[in-house]
Amino acid sequence: MTAPLLNAENLTRDYRIGGGMFRASATLRAVAGASFTLSTGRTLAVVGESGCGKSTLARLVTMIEPPTSGRLNIAGTEITEAGAKELKQLRPTVQMVFQNPFASLNPRKKIGTILEEPLRINRRLSAAERREAARDMMAKVGLRPEFYGRYPHMFSGGQRQRIAIARALMLHPRIVVADEPVSALDVSIRAQVLNLLMDLQEEFDLAYLFISHDLSVVRHIADEVMVMYLGRPVEHGPKEVIFNRPHHPYTRVLLASTPAVDPAARSQRISVKGELPSPINPPPGCPFHKRCPFATPHCAAERPELRMVDGRLVACHYAETVGAETVEDEIAG
Amino acid sequence: MAALVEIRNLSVEFQTARGSFRAVDGIDLTIEAGEVVGIVGESGSGKSVSMLALMGLIVWPGKVQADRLTFDGHDLLAMTPAQRRRIIGKDIAMVFQEPITSLNPCFTVGFQIMETLAVHEGGSRADRRRRTVELLGQVGIPAPESRLSSFPHQLSGGMNQRVMIAMAIACNPRLLIADEPTTALDVTIQAQILDLLVNLQQDRGMALTLITHDMGVVAETAERVIVMYAGQQVEEQPVDALFANPAHPYTAALLDALPERSAGRRRLATIPGVVPGIEDRPRGCLFHPRCRFAEQRCVDEQPLLVPDARGRFVRCHYALVDGEPTNKEPGSIRGEPQRETTP
Repeated sequence: MTAPLLNAENLTRDYRIGGGMFRASATLRAVAGASFTLSTGRTLAVVGESGCGKSTLARLVTMIEPPTSGRLNIAGTEITEAGAKELKQLRPTVQMVFQNPFASLNPRKKIGTILEEPLRINRRLSAAERREAARDMMAKVGLRPEFYGRYPHMFSGGQRQRIAIARALMLHPRIVVADEPVSALDVSIRAQVLNLLMDLQEEFDLAYLFISHDLSVVRHIADEVMVMYLGRPVEHGPKEVIFNRPHHPYTRVLLASTPAVDPAARSQRISVKGELPSPINPPPGCPFHKRCPFATPHCAAERPELRMVDGRLVACHYAETVGAETVEDEIAG
Repeated sequence: MAALVEIRNLSVEFQTARGSFRAVDGIDLTIEAGEVVGIVGESGSGKSVSMLALMGLIVWPGKVQADRLTFDGHDLLAMTPAQRRRIIGKDIAMVFQEPITSLNPCFTVGFQIMETLAVHEGGSRADRRRRTVELLGQVGIPAPESRLSSFPHQLSGGMNQRVMIAMAIACNPRLLIADEPTTALDVTIQAQILDLLVNLQQDRGMALTLITHDMGVVAETAERVIVMYAGQQVEEQPVDALFANPAHPYTAALLDALPERSAGRRRLATIPGVVPGIEDRPRGCLFHPRCRFAEQRCVDEQPLLVPDARGRFVRCHYALVDGEPTNKEPGSIRGEPQRETTP
């Protein structure tokens, strides 16, 4: 196999917050040591609750922000060492689709202008060629040609998201970062957009970094899943492995908290205590120990590192126990 | 015993520059004391507006019309606004979608809950304070005493939603309407809030109406489900029956579009087209342009919400049984509408 399209090692991103004339500033570690790879034609889903660092991860991968530490290699270029010129050339490789299509499209620009803008900036094409390219892409994402001269407000949420996807694909990227691309959409529209994303992935051989909090969507679209908690990956592996037998208590809680679409299977929910702790002042030891039903004093003292258990990476001292118990549950219930 | 809430032929119209728009179109709804009713629909289906109409919260240019709108035997339509205000907020309370926009950022959460109590229950300041601490405890806010003086921006989304719920249950309502109470929250917090609502409902024996677009939330909590489409009720069934055997093609299509029900197929089933807007409201059945099973009759004649052969309330000429339409006249197949077209 060839080298992966994207290789991230120990990515970390800190933000300095607060700090006035008389106040000390604090450091918020939004992403703490994320390592993963992306390959052509595959989808990596990043799952977690708000504040877990998934959007910061997207900003790192799209080179909107540099990592504080760690290495990030995209299509053979080490971006932490690359100069401004190299980065500029690299940026078209990674494009992004945002969550809210009502906010991500400029209301003053026509659809055609929106789609042609990336070309105007990055490619030397004549106006006619740009127009041609925009019309081609509109056809690919299922937008009618007469939409070319219309404004975003004339479209529904689903169609706007198609426009946003078309815009992201105008430069023929190899990686698309999709940050909650369907969470603002209704169920029936969500299905249309998910189908479109899967079709486009096949057609253009795209690698997706798919960020979502919706496990049912992730289960459908992902090849690999990375669960994050307070900036750290806590479980990472192939989709089936993780969904069928989660080994981290947090993954279990996430799965159990997602309402089942089957009234007969109303789960005895493992309700998790409390809320996400502040990432400014994360608890010592395992970041999840305060909410974890399996926690012992050992968890408060020592932070578990990611290790390979049963086909996936998991950061829990008691991964084997958690995994074994999950299986018992399934047999019992 | 009379039902807690009876709504007959409720319509809400909004006058707009482009003509009048019917957001709610002839809703019939009965809510019994102590039951959990789920109202599901996509955005624009009129699920929130119908409940706002029951609360009396529709303001100009909205116009509410109903043949009957009663709460516990009292005719809400005949009441003066002052009489109505004595019921709203006390016996019928509502929790809204985004707690952070529903709470007033200028006042502490304690003040806002005590204000509700002052309006409806009176009592001394110390009593109200004691009661507020009790309520905050009941909705699972740790150290409630110290939270009284917190402002909404100092609390997380989940905590703010708990405050909203505390405010709603402050006067022991007999009906709690929760409008997308968990949409803005993370899944683990969503699970906590749903548990809280259901527990409160059971402990207090109040009726709970849950408005949501999330089929999973309905499946987990509701006893009876009403499905709405473009301002109309299209189906009403107990929750198990609805998920096992949806009667209306829209419900069936909505369930098929869920990734959980894709049954291993890579492509998800979709519903072609979009919900009709103000200008393209179709004749006949409102769903027919998007319906797989539509016939000429669906274009000509609007179906009524009537029980089908199995006693299920459904607004369809050809109610589905096991995914197949019934009552079809032979030889009337109009052909399937084009699938996967863009609207």
